[in-house]
Amino acid sequence: MVDLSVRIGALVLRNPVMPASGTFGLEHSQAMDFNLLGACVTKSVTPTLRTGNPVPRVCETDTGMLNSIGIPSKGLAHFREQVIPAWAAYDTPLVVSVSADTVEEFALACAELTVPGVAAIEANISCPNIEADGRAFAMSAHDTAAALAAMRRRTGLPLWAKLTPNTGDIAAIGRAAEEAGADALVVANTILGMAIDVHSFRPKLGNVMGGLSGPAIKPITLRMVYQCARTVKIPVIGCGGIASAEDAIEYLLAGASAVQVGTASFIHPAVMAQIVAGLADFCERRGIARIADLVGAVKIEQPMSELEVRRAIQL
Amino acid sequence: MNALATASGTTAFPVAERSCKVLFNRQVNRRYKLIALEAAEPFTRARAGQFFHLLCPQQAGLKPFLRRPMSVYGVRPAGHRIEFLYQITGSGTQSLGLIEPGDALNAVGPLGIGFSFDPSWKRVLVVARGVGMATLAPLVPLAGGESGGAAMSAVLSAREPDDLMRREFEQDAAISVHALFDSDGSSAVESVEALLRRLIASERPDMMYTCGSSRLLKLLQRLGREFGIPGEAALEQQMACAFGVCLCCVREFEVAGAHVHKRVCCEGPVFDLQQVVVDSPWSI
Repeated sequence: MVDLSVRIGALVLRNPVMPASGTFGLEHSQAMDFNLLGACVTKSVTPTLRTGNPVPRVCETDTGMLNSIGIPSKGLAHFREQVIPAWAAYDTPLVVSVSADTVEEFALACAELTVPGVAAIEANISCPNIEADGRAFAMSAHDTAAALAAMRRRTGLPLWAKLTPNTGDIAAIGRAAEEAGADALVVANTILGMAIDVHSFRPKLGNVMGGLSGPAIKPITLRMVYQCARTVKIPVIGCGGIASAEDAIEYLLAGASAVQVGTASFIHPAVMAQIVAGLADFCERRGIARIADLVGAVKIEQPMSELEVRRAIQL
Repeated sequence: MNALATASGTTAFPVAERSCKVLFNRQVNRRYKLIALEAAEPFTRARAGQFFHLLCPQQAGLKPFLRRPMSVYGVRPAGHRIEFLYQITGSGTQSLGLIEPGDALNAVGPLGIGFSFDPSWKRVLVVARGVGMATLAPLVPLAGGESGGAAMSAVLSAREPDDLMRREFEQDAAISVHALFDSDGSSAVESVEALLRRLIASERPDMMYTCGSSRLLKLLQRLGREFGIPGEAALEQQMACAFGVCLCCVREFEVAGAHVHKRVCCEGPVFDLQQVVVDSPWSI
């Protein structure tokens, strides 16, 4: 019997597989048993009510999809009163994703979401910071530290920082989040992209640009997980293009302690259950007793120095 | 958990992903094809107006990445199959068109909320445009015939006679069909309105259903309000997850005076006719 459990700070998960925020909800109970998952992660909630972006909100690419949904939100009170209690039916830790326009709103949201039934808070700091001309918090080490420090003061729950890949030096952002009190990093979010319809000459998304996800981005976010995991001491949760147990194992080897699955659930609604089973199979076949033994087990003959990694980034 | 217990003691979910054998995939006319999949429960539990999310294969240089939502045209539990009537438009339906009998097609479903149908109704009115007929066709076996349900009148509108697919709609049921065409001008909104007024006056339908045209939808809304007849409309919107979580398929609705967004995939695709906001920036 393989031990699939992993530890993310104070939180022990029965296995390393969980959904990526915004790709999963209670509605999936029609197709999958949530008690098979390591954790459940909700769609981001914001303190303010939002309607979201104009349609079309998604378009496909050859090996992925672009989205500009824009975090429609019914606010914190609705989330506390309607959404959190509904998840109590499942014996799986609930991770609440929160997003906000300002540092103070992030802090307020964390305080209000620190309630029974919530196992951890994931701070979606990939969203625009109104106080920095709309630049995403996680594009700046300073803004990341400010947001995380403010949230840390307002919640005792495990606090995960979800980083954006749309930055030059993600490891530095990760370190800033760690120093400001984050208990884990989620690496990463979608990569900013664009697509144009050659018949109409119009952008394929109502919002012109959007976030790319799916297999197309896996090598990029995998590289970022590797960079972050070698830089910080807190656990890293890998996210980007995972569609199979093999993909998840790649992330674990790169240094992720757990993984999030997003776009793949749109194609195969119960894919996370198959990934969990595939991880157990892999470990059994390879005689690996604990899945946690795979974390960071990538074999690199001559470990790269910080300088060499930096050179590699610049190519 | 939303699972259903089965006789064998295993749990079955109301929505499943299955790889189905394709029984046939044939041309119905110049524009439309009909594909049949071998299916069991829960697929054969699909109700009129519900849809499946089809994984159109990446083949022949076509690369559909996301699934394609498609309303079910035929549900034949006794024949162990489900059927879809489709028009080839983009890369997804092009790929679907290339599938051969014996190939497998992966589908997720049944999804969404279908049409309501009350067996005590005396008469219903169906108004379809183009391939919207395929979404409304599963209502036909519920009406008239051996089940003793409501009598049905159908107004079918198409570009030209070859596009109408009257036989595919009727499925040998005893229903009254009024065929209208662009090619002879009979499908113009004014003449459709005159016909619908005559039908409403003589038949007093208990329910009206529509799919396939926002112009006809608006006309039916107006007549529904004027005569106090309830109605339902099946809508389309681009989808990614089809489960209600990605929020990409929202459209605008007016509910008790307030304008709200609803997800076509799980709060529809069938909606109260009067709640649909037709000329909305949230429609594509």
